[in-house]
Amino acid sequence: MKNIDSFTHVRGESLYVDDLMLRQDVLFGLCFDSPKAHGKIKSVDYSKAEALKGVIKIFTYKDILGENQIGGIIQDEPLWAEDEVHFWGQPIAFIVAETEAIAKKARALITIDIEELPVITTAKEAKEKGSFINAPRSFKLGDSAKTFADCEYVFEGETFSNGQEHLYLETQGCYAVPQENGSIKLTSSTQGPTAVQKTAARVLGVPMHKIEVDVIRLGGGFGGKEDQATPWAVMAAVAVQYLNRPVKFMLNRHDDLRMTGKRHPYSSFYKIGLTKDLKIKAFEVEFLQNSGAAADLSPAIAERTLFHACNSYFIPNVSTTVYSCKTNLPPNTAFRGFGGPQGMFVIESAISAVADKIGIDRRQIQEENLLAENDEFSYGQIATQVEAKNTWFSAKEKFQFEKLEDEVFAFNQENKRFTKGISLMPITFGISFTNTQMNHARALIHIYLDGSVGVSTGAVEMGQGVNTKMLQVAQSVLGVSANRVKIETTNTTRVANTSPSAASSTADLNGKAVEMACKSLIDRLRKVAAKMLSSEEKNISFQEDFVYLDAEKTALSWEELITQAMAQRVALSENAHYATPIIHFDKTKEKGHPFAYHVYGTAITTVTVDCLRGTYEIDAVKMVHDFGKSMNYAVDMGQIEGGLAQGIGWMTMEEIAYGKDGRLLSNALSTYKIPDIFSAPKTVETIPLETEGSEWAIKKSKATGEPPLMYGIGTYFAIQKAVKAFNPNYKLKFHAPFTPEKVLMGLYEK
Amino acid sequence: MSPKIEISILSEIKLEKPITYRSKPYLINSNRITLFVYYSKKQISSLHSFFLSCLFYMIDFILNNQIIKTSAGAGITLLDFIRDFQQLKGTKIGCREGDCGACTVLVGELVDNSVAYQSITCCISPLGNANGKHIVTVEGINLPKELNTVQKAMVDNFATQCGFCTPGFVVSMTGFALENKINTTCNDAISGNICRCTGYKSIEKAGFEIEEKLQQRDNNHQIDWLIKEGFIPNYFETIAERLKQLKTQHSEIESSNRVKVANGTDLYVRHADKLADENVELLADKKELKGILFSEGVCTLGANTTVTEIANSTELQALFLKLKKFMKLISSEPIRNMGTLGGNFVNASPIGDMSIFFLALNSTLTIQKEDGTERHIPFQEFHQKYKVFDLQEDEILKSLSFKVLDANESFNFEKVSKRTHLDIASVNSAGRLSVKNNIVTDAHFAVGGAAEIPKYLHKTSEFLVGKALNAETVKKAEAVLQSEISPISDVRGASEYKRLLARQLFYAHFIELFPSEIELNKLIGQ
Ligand SMILES: Cc1cc2nc3c(=O)[nH]c(=O)nc-3n(C[C@H](O)[C@H](O)[C@H](O)COP(=O)(O)OP(=O)(O)OC[C@H]3O[C@@H](n4cnc5c(N)ncnc54)[C@H](O)[C@@H]3O)c2cc1C
Ligand code: FES
Ligand code: FES
Repeated sequence: MKNIDSFTHVRGESLYVDDLMLRQDVLFGLCFDSPKAHGKIKSVDYSKAEALKGVIKIFTYKDILGENQIGGIIQDEPLWAEDEVHFWGQPIAFIVAETEAIAKKARALITIDIEELPVITTAKEAKEKGSFINAPRSFKLGDSAKTFADCEYVFEGETFSNGQEHLYLETQGCYAVPQENGSIKLTSSTQGPTAVQKTAARVLGVPMHKIEVDVIRLGGGFGGKEDQATPWAVMAAVAVQYLNRPVKFMLNRHDDLRMTGKRHPYSSFYKIGLTKDLKIKAFEVEFLQNSGAAADLSPAIAERTLFHACNSYFIPNVSTTVYSCKTNLPPNTAFRGFGGPQGMFVIESAISAVADKIGIDRRQIQEENLLAENDEFSYGQIATQVEAKNTWFSAKEKFQFEKLEDEVFAFNQENKRFTKGISLMPITFGISFTNTQMNHARALIHIYLDGSVGVSTGAVEMGQGVNTKMLQVAQSVLGVSANRVKIETTNTTRVANTSPSAASSTADLNGKAVEMACKSLIDRLRKVAAKMLSSEEKNISFQEDFVYLDAEKTALSWEELITQAMAQRVALSENAHYATPIIHFDKTKEKGHPFAYHVYGTAITTVTVDCLRGTYEIDAVKMVHDFGKSMNYAVDMGQIEGGLAQGIGWMTMEEIAYGKDGRLLSNALSTYKIPDIFSAPKTVETIPLETEGSEWAIKKSKATGEPPLMYGIGTYFAIQKAVKAFNPNYKLKFHAPFTPEKVLMGLYEK
Repeated sequence: MSPKIEISILSEIKLEKPITYRSKPYLINSNRITLFVYYSKKQISSLHSFFLSCLFYMIDFILNNQIIKTSAGAGITLLDFIRDFQQLKGTKIGCREGDCGACTVLVGELVDNSVAYQSITCCISPLGNANGKHIVTVEGINLPKELNTVQKAMVDNFATQCGFCTPGFVVSMTGFALENKINTTCNDAISGNICRCTGYKSIEKAGFEIEEKLQQRDNNHQIDWLIKEGFIPNYFETIAERLKQLKTQHSEIESSNRVKVANGTDLYVRHADKLADENVELLADKKELKGILFSEGVCTLGANTTVTEIANSTELQALFLKLKKFMKLISSEPIRNMGTLGGNFVNASPIGDMSIFFLALNSTLTIQKEDGTERHIPFQEFHQKYKVFDLQEDEILKSLSFKVLDANESFNFEKVSKRTHLDIASVNSAGRLSVKNNIVTDAHFAVGGAAEIPKYLHKTSEFLVGKALNAETVKKAEAVLQSEISPISDVRGASEYKRLLARQLFYAHFIELFPSEIELNKLIGQ
């Protein structure tokens, strides 16, 4: 089934926050933010701005009736700065004016005096100075320290992977409208409606039921709107509470880039030990996560880095530690992969470095160490239904890896103006929120009098196709045609206390809830039908808008049945709650079974480097991916291709740059580049691996949101190979992204 | 939100002269226009005549299927007009700097009885430039009930996810169908559209489908064919006629200090807010700044010539065989459709691609004063210091000319940026070289991103003249080049990188132009 929003999308008729019809008395908001990365606010002069005609009010922390606190995991982030600022772009005040243009003029009139304090922009510096968000976390398996002594090859090294801007095409925004009795409706572009609701209630000092959050859809989220959609909605809400007029607040692109956090940059130090036959016996890493100025989701992201530090490899002795380092950057946040990619980049780098030193190909080491059934992850979970080797060897066989490799070799023998590189990249990604208590969801289903169906869940549609999947689940369980089912907006008054749409788990969690609710409805309707057809319940089924008796279509239509059920006063609405069973994790021991299941896959990447200009093209990425039993290949393939492109972007051209003073230098689309159509690989091929799937995946269709991003990591190593092929003197560096600048410098390194 | 028109009629004021508006008879905010109308009772007695008076300021165009006469400021962006004044929300805002394509619309212009369409990013286009044109948004290509051919291809190939970029892609692709350019692909047409969700492969497939379909097109009855095949709605067949009927007037509003805007791709990125409130002087209205002319071995290009016009000129293509390839390295389709030579030279960016291109052609500029007098200067002397150039307040760039290359001459252009397409160069370079009997007889090289101005390499060029063309000469010349440049470290690269890249691109000219004489390994000593 195609994405159910396709029709309105291509016609430009899909609605986003910025497209909503506004009330006549609407006002517009704009945030005044810190022009320095760290310092004490001595004074702010709003007088000129306030005097500007059309400015209604400028809000600061003093106007907050509840708490000036928006921190989620740790309570360390004010909505508006009070006495100190901790990052460039930190919100200080909120200008509300008759038009956006007036608000912008007003902002330019505000003057601020800041006594500057030392600025930390890198994680390394933060660690040296002892600046942390929270205590470090460590995972341990076996005894790595002791094992190094038994290893033939032991190497240490350092890696860096830069941050990444989400660049959702739709910027952050919210439209806030006053309702009766101090209630407020927020239409927000958020992945976490409950987070917005909870935080707004807290800052406004009102009960949560006063705040209704509605989400139609997002023009992309990628994690950037999981936690960081909240402040903008809350600011608008504060203004509405005071002014009792609607307030619209859309961030313009520059403000969005400057004020919001990104994927965390990581500096990491590893030590790896291998036996003579290339078995990785011991692995140690110290990860320094550049968390930015407040916790945001950093502790959870740091945790996932540890979960994925060994990627698809079984290593019996592991010791990994992650420090969430507090710096003066905007609080970094969730981004597809959630710390996992940063973890994987380190082990893949370590493997490359060792292979280079030993003088073999990295894939030999990779292949020797792939995860097998019943292997233990460093966090105690025992691997089951493992497809690491399966995807690896299938990829090699189906895409004729040996032949590809020979071709690359032959090409490099003949050519000097261009060289080619090839890499293999396996992935293993755990599915579930690593915080066990977040793995729950609810669904509310109404069957209306005429047989049409409305489905509400906590899932937020942001392009990942979750609404399409929800519709498929409802439709298949109810046995009705797709056009009878409507997926409603995500609204906190219909489905409450939700987890954000994140962790690749949205379809699983909400889908299971939809399935449960629909099953309950069907159970009730079966009774009605059995009576009408003078049969037994067990003989009744529902298909294609008709009741089936002993698998034979009857004359009893869905509509008639619903009419009868209504006449018999049968409840046609149902609410279901789902919580993933089997998962648990004990943080005191750092052991448990945090993931419902894992997703596996392997990608083969080939690239061509122009050795004259230092530019490169990605020839092909060919993947074997474990979908389980995909319930929607169209949607899932879309996730693979889109995730891959983002991963490639992260590894190649997307280069976040901050000045030493903490100012974002890559502060516009003209200086921050994400892949365009010409930078996509020329060929992208995905072969689905038929696997049993997991019973914890909705319809055994495994989650596809995050895992494919990590295929992109293969690009780094393919480029590295090509550079080395041209310049044997090139010393391998592990400093992502591999920009054309680094390529050219590498090609001509002495 | 519907735009409100607030009319403040100050009826008591008696005017001696007929109505003349000083700088601003209106106040425009993003959602509201206030018109201040001064009139004497004698002069105007009804609202009808009031509106007539407003015609001084009218911008007339066709928006989709609707004739628009608006008194909105010529300096506001076409995007704001579409979304806020017309409530057409299918055109999205992703960046407001021309870099994402979410706001792509088509502009149709009457050319010899038919309408020529091209795509632009309306976030950086002044409303005034829509005057007399047909502007097409996604709403304007929707068929009443079913999907049009492009939309179907997008849906069938699963080429939309979050949907925010999608209208932009659909409009660009429809533009591709309407444009009927040879040798361009659908991918070229969407080179200005960024998608963060799909990874593009599905969109590319949709494009292939469209290309295939267009193979069958009837070139004599383009519009009819496209209508018949469900690419565009029926009303398109009426546009040519309606554009002819459209009475546009050139509203020369008397006021000094007007900001000169060509197509706005530079100005609007930085100053859109300011320009919304200003009286802009639209250079696009000056027909004398248009056109590519060849005469007596000299090629003259009007300052308003766009990159697309250069790329599509068959004469220039004959002169530079790789012209299309060169031009493809510059920005994106919609920006090329807008960006002008004059804008590129006067914005004085040290990495302006057209500047580098034409510096190496050893061009001459024609500068025109308000009183019509002209002066000519070598382009090399135009840029003086960072953003300082030889142009007075009362002058405009009129045209540029260069001597056509003779049989011994060759030319090459190189550009490297972080992203190959739709990106500003880290370093760019161009060279014009005359070689007779393996001796360099004339040389003109330029490099961008390596100095505070687009740099004409005087010494390097001079050095080459009289030398034998071989690797040794090139290497020596490169050493001269290094002494002439002074790149700084910034987001586009560290200075050492830019130096290395300047060397590589200099080498690239020779390797590209004389592949049998000069090879990379000889130059780098491997
Ligand atoms: C997304 C994007 C990508 C871009 N990519 C590139 C790129 O790859 N390479 C590149 O070189 N540039 C690039 N640019 C910059 C820009 O497109 C070019 O510089 C373009 O040529 C400017 O032309 P314009 O008509 O739009 O200029 P405008 O914005 O209209 O004008 C720019 C300046 O020139 C002045 N001006 C214009 N014409 C005249 C005249 N005849 N006489 C006197 N003054 C005049 C204006 O007053 C103004 O100060 C890009 C811009 C954008 C938005
Ligand atoms: S909004 Fe991005 S190009 Fe116009
Ligand atoms: S579909 Fe989301 S940006 Fe293209």
